[in-house]
Formats: sequence, C-alpha cells, structure tokens
Amino acid sequence: MRAWFRTGTPWIWLNAGAIALSLVMVLGVLGLITVHGASHFWPADLEQIQLRQTDGTETTLLAEVVRTEEVSAAVLKDSGVLMDKVAAVYQRHLLKLGNRDVYGVDFRWYLDQQLSNYSKPLNATVIERREWGNFYGFPQTLLEAQKVVAEGAAVWPELISRIARANQIHEQIGDIEKVEIGRINRKLNDLRLAERKLELNDADAATVESAKQQAAEDRAALDAEYAELQQQLEQLYAAAKRDNVVVTTAEGKQLTINLGNIVHAHQPNAMSLLDKIGHYFGAIWNFLADDPREANTEGGIFPAIFGTVTMVILMSIIVTPFGVLAAIYLREYAKDGPLLRVIRISVYNLAGVPSIVYGVFGLGFFVYIMGGSIDALFYPESLPAPTFGTPGLFWASLTLALLTLPVVIVSTEEGLSRIPSTIRMGSLALGATKSETLWKVVVPLATPAMMTGLILAIARAAGEVAPLMLVGVVKLAPTLPVDGNFPFVHLDQKIMHLGFHVYDVGFQSPNVEASRPLLYATALVLVVLIMVLNMAAIHLRNKLREKYRSESD
Amino acid sequence: MTQQHINIADTELLLANEKMKIEVNDLRLYYGDSMALKNINLQIPEKRVTAFIGPSGCGKSTLLRCFNRMNDLVDICRIEGKILMDGQNIYDKSVDVAELRRQVGMVFQKPNPFPKTIYENVAYGLRLQGVKDKRVLDEVVETSLKGAALWNEVKDRLHDNAFGLSGGQQQRLVIARAIAIEPEVLLLDEPASALDPISTLKIEELIYELKDRYTIVIVTHNMQQAARVSDYTAFMYMGDLIEFDATNKMFTNPSEQQTEDYITGRFG
Repeated sequence: MRAWFRTGTPWIWLNAGAIALSLVMVLGVLGLITVHGASHFWPADLEQIQLRQTDGTETTLLAEVVRTEEVSAAVLKDSGVLMDKVAAVYQRHLLKLGNRDVYGVDFRWYLDQQLSNYSKPLNATVIERREWGNFYGFPQTLLEAQKVVAEGAAVWPELISRIARANQIHEQIGDIEKVEIGRINRKLNDLRLAERKLELNDADAATVESAKQQAAEDRAALDAEYAELQQQLEQLYAAAKRDNVVVTTAEGKQLTINLGNIVHAHQPNAMSLLDKIGHYFGAIWNFLADDPREANTEGGIFPAIFGTVTMVILMSIIVTPFGVLAAIYLREYAKDGPLLRVIRISVYNLAGVPSIVYGVFGLGFFVYIMGGSIDALFYPESLPAPTFGTPGLFWASLTLALLTLPVVIVSTEEGLSRIPSTIRMGSLALGATKSETLWKVVVPLATPAMMTGLILAIARAAGEVAPLMLVGVVKLAPTLPVDGNFPFVHLDQKIMHLGFHVYDVGFQSPNVEASRPLLYATALVLVVLIMVLNMAAIHLRNKLREKYRSESD
Repeated sequence: MTQQHINIADTELLLANEKMKIEVNDLRLYYGDSMALKNINLQIPEKRVTAFIGPSGCGKSTLLRCFNRMNDLVDICRIEGKILMDGQNIYDKSVDVAELRRQVGMVFQKPNPFPKTIYENVAYGLRLQGVKDKRVLDEVVETSLKGAALWNEVKDRLHDNAFGLSGGQQQRLVIARAIAIEPEVLLLDEPASALDPISTLKIEELIYELKDRYTIVIVTHNMQQAARVSDYTAFMYMGDLIEFDATNKMFTNPSEQQTEDYITGRFG
C-alpha cells in the first residue's frame, strides 16, 4: 500500500477525479438547459381528450400534454380536487390548453383518471397570436370582409397564404413605425430642444423670433410628412385586418380571429417529420430574431441578445485601455515600495467586491453625479427629463468595466512580467528610451496576456446581472441602442440583457408555465453567446501568440 | 626581474602606438554596500579587439556594462570614478544615455531578437532614429546583414519571424542589428557561450572581420576564444583588474602569477 502511494498513482487518480467531477457538473448544467430549452420549439402533437369533470359532466379538450407526474392523495385531498381516496398515489398531467381568452388560463392539471379517449385529429390547428397566446382548435371558414372565401378543407391552404400576406403587411408597418416615424419624432424632438436652448441662452429677440419661424416651418413640413405616413399606416392596418378566420374550440365554441392578429399557424398532427424539423428551426429563428410579446412570456429575445452584445463590446472598449495603462504603470514605472504593494493588493481585492456594490456605486456616482453633471452642462434644454442622468447603456458598460478592471490589470501585469529582460535590454542597448522599448517591443509581446484578461472580463461581464438592474437594464426595451439616426449608437438608451431576461422570465413572469421553456432557452442562448464571444477572443489571442511566438510563452 | 621590465616596456611601446578609444579612471562600482569593481584603471585601444577574461563573478560583465551605462538599469548600483570615451566622461550629467548607447552597441550572451521579422529587427534602431525612407532602410538592412555574414542565409526570407532562425543565426542577426546603427564601439558579452561549435566559429570569424571598423570589447569564459580573436586581454579577479596586456604576451608569458594560474587552468 505504501509502495502504491509512493508511485504517485493516487495523485493521478485524485487529479483525474477532480477534472471528471468538474466536467460532469459543467456538462450536466449545459445538458439540462439544452434539453429543456431546445425541446420547447418542437411542434408537439395536439391531443383531443375526453374530460370527465368532478361534477360528472363530460367535455372535450384539445391540448398539448406538457408533462406527467405522480402526486400523493393527501395533497390532492387538501386542495379539494380529490373526493374519493382510493389509491395512495395518483398520476396527473399538465395540459397546455391555449385559448387564454376563452378559458382564462392556458395551463391546467388534470388527473389521469379524468381523461379518456385520446385521439389526434389531423385538422387540429395551432394558431400563434400576437395577443392572448396560442389558440388550439379547428378552422371552419375563412372570411374576407364578411364574405366567405373558403370552407372546409379549402380553408387551410388559403389561411396559410393569407397569413403570409398579413405578416408581410405587418413588416411594412413595423418599418414605417420604427424607422420613418422614429426619424420624424427625433427631428421634432430636436427642434423642440433647439428652441428651448435658444430660450435658455437668452438670445436676443430677433434671433429667437427668426429661429422660431424657421422651426415652425420645419415642424409644419414634418407634421405633413407624419400625416402622410399616418394615412399610409391606416391603409396598411386596414389591409392587414381584411381577413378573418372563424374557428371552433374542441368543445364547439365558435370565435373569430383576425388574420392581422396571427403570427403563425400550423397543424402539428398532420405534419411529416421533415415539416416538423423545418418548423423547429423556423421557431428557433423566430425566438432569436423577434421582439418579446405578452410580458416576455412569448415571442423572441432579439433585443436582449443585441443589448448584451452591445454592452459587452462597449465594456471591452472601455476596460482594455484603462486596464492596460494601469498595469503598465504599476509594472514598469511605479517604484517598488509599500505604497505600490498596497495599491496592488487593493486592485486584487477589487475583484472580490460583490457585484451589487458596483451597481450601487454606478447608480450613485456614474448615473446621478456624473450623468447629472453631464445633463446640466450639455443637455440643459431637455431638463427636467434626464438624458444621461438616468440609467442607460453607457453607465451599464462603465459599471461593468469597473467590475472587470482588476482582471485585466492582473493578467496584463503578469504578461508584462513574463517578457524576458534580455529583450528589453536588447532594445535599450540600441539606444531606445524606456517608453520606446515599452511600446515597440514589450507591449506587443504582452498582447496575448492582455487578451487573456479581456477574455476573462468578457466571461464575467456577460453573465453579470445584479449591478445591471440598477444602471441601465430594463424588462422591455424594444428599440435597439443602435439605429440609423445620428449618432447611431445611443449611449443614453436603456437596454435589455439576457441575464436580466432570465431573471425576469423566471421570477417576475405572470405566466409561469408558459415562460418556463423560454427561461431555459434564454439561459442557453446566454451561455452560447458567452462561448461565442470567448471563442472569438481566444481565436484572436492565438493569432497574436503565433505572431509574437517566442520563449516568453 | 629584468625580463619583466623589458616586457612591460614592450607593451607600453605597443600601447603607445595605439589610439585610445575608452579610458577608465579609478572606477569603483557598488551593488548596495558591496564593491563589485575596485578601482579599475584601463585603456581600450581603438579598432582593436579587447577581451575580458576571469572566473565567474569577477566583474568582467559588470565592467563591460559600464561602457554603455546598462548598469543604470540596476537600482542599487552606484558608480564612482570616470569612464572617458574620446575624452568625454560618459557618466557626466550632460550625456544623453540613449545617444551613448547608439554609439556603443551591445550583444548579449543569449540571442535576443525582437518578436518581429528579420528585416524589422535590423531596421529597429534606424526606425527609432526616425528613418522612414524605404530605400535607405533596405540598403542598411542589406549591408548590415552582409556585415554580419547572414545575408546569404536569410535574403529570401527577410519578412519571416526572426524566431525561425537557429541560435547562431539569431546571434548574428543581433550583431547585424547592432551594427545597423553604425556604433563606434561594440560590446560583446559572451556572444558565443550559448552556441554550438560551428556557430561559435562563425561568430569568431565575424569578430575578426568587424575589428577593422569597430572597437570591440568581448567578455569570454573561453580562453582559446580570447587567444584566437583578441589583440589585448584584461584578466580580472574579484573585482580587481589583475593584468592588462597584449594577448600574445598574456597567454605566453603573463607577468602575474594569478594570471598564469588561471590561464593554465589551475583555478577558476
């Protein structure tokens, strides 16, 4: 036994065990969110089920079976569901019924014994709506301006093509509302601010008067443009709402759905495997590319992805120069002594400060003090409405930059200290000054280490949520911080963030069951996004390493 | 006794014919409290190869580094005395250290090319001086590499990374880099100690060729090398300059017992 210990084999096993454990945990987490997140988009079959209610009446349901679990009889009895206690354990199913406008809730538990006569009617249809969530039922007739255009089996193909048409019109509407009207609103706002500025600056009466006249003319022109767009919009809305489809629910209730309100429709029971795969990837794409709907319980997460990426990039742009310069000063210029040691320890300890503290600091110092001052100095015309004196993209990035600064400083310092002194000597011996040596030889050699710091910073920043809730991330901000209006990147705008979205969907959602899969999917997207950002940075670092290949690595 | 006197006279005669490039007067160097160089007095003749020999830790590298003030980089290092180069004290306050180092090039024990292309390594010193003209750079790179006997080996891959070269080639590249800015003095700190015998031979041939144009000071552990390449030799021991003489005389008939012991391998 002692001989075995002396061979070192137990250490190898211990080390390998630690690695294996870490791997299992990482893969477990990734596997869990992947399975739960990715399965949400698969078009599940709709089951038509006979339900015997507790009062003995029978009714029909059309639903998706979400999951099944066992509950003890005592629990059921306590909640008043179960009257006759026969078995100790009962099976129950969670059904997604849809039709929130009809039933009030779209998810409901039923006991297995209440349900019978399962069947999968081929014409069972899922209609994804802009409001009220999914509709599950059967399309009966298609109406164009109250006139019947299709009935029976002819409805389905006609419905699909007309939904496509309505969606196309919706896209046009979106373009006009977001781009054109956004531009006009901005110009109007600029006009208002320009006038207010003149007033504040105490310009002489003649200037103010002529400026006002000019502004009035401009405003009239913009108003005319706006009215024209408005009219165009009204026509488009009318066109989008031209068609209606009459549908019945499983128990036979009839209702009319306007095609302008439909995002998508499919008949899962009739779909082939290939169709389902196509639908699956379409649904994933929509999730990634759409705006959220219905209090973030439906639709996509595009603004959150965009906000996260923008914020991380902005943070990198801020933190890299600051961290690198600080590290160069600490390592190359600062005189070694107790003061330097104190500063270095302080920097290292900054990495351990709870992130929420950074958030509070960001809110108090960046947003209120710095932002308030910026507003007072540069945007007095829009006060009391704050421009930078309110949480926004820039402050969120700056707070994260502060949070990740120690990481960048530490790795840059380590990189600098690894550059062999012979290389510095070589440069100095050629008559280079210290700063020339630093910038021409030492810093380029240390770039891979700086990239390592940046990689760690990105990984930390992209996953951070707590401080962001205070300094610029909100539940819903469909307007992106980057658009076609000058200055193109709007640093004062509030943004959505994947991490916060996970929190919001997971814990602030009005519809837990509907948002559960989205929670996993969002978490998955966040993890994948961090991986992509990291991999891009690692790729860049490896390229730099190759370029500056030397004994120092 | 008489013999020795004649020899000293010979050497003095020899040295009297030389023009002196560097003159060291009463140089003392301290690392903190310990004295590393004790009252050195030495004259180094122009366009000759002078070798410093002596056991490890005797201060020969330290003395070499005084000539281009590399010791300034060591915080605890303190210097007393004078080093005159062309009559000007290089430790004078008015001396620009960067300018001095441009005139006194240095090659280190381990090849230390920059993480750049071969071309950029050689052009580095010129670029520091603000030379941007491509033709001038091309020309200097070519002549320097030829001067360092490396041109034929690298002319087809000037824009490859310098780390792709072998150790001996790297060392010659470093020499090319040093002579590209046309220094007056070239300090070589054990330039061949990290190289294989063939590369060492090439470096030695190179030193022989370079001495027509540069004043060369070389530190070496290798007695044969000192005997082969140098015109004058200084033997140092424990921070003292024990003996300075023409190399031929030093290796055939040293005046000091300590020198003889060292050269014949009785210690060190």
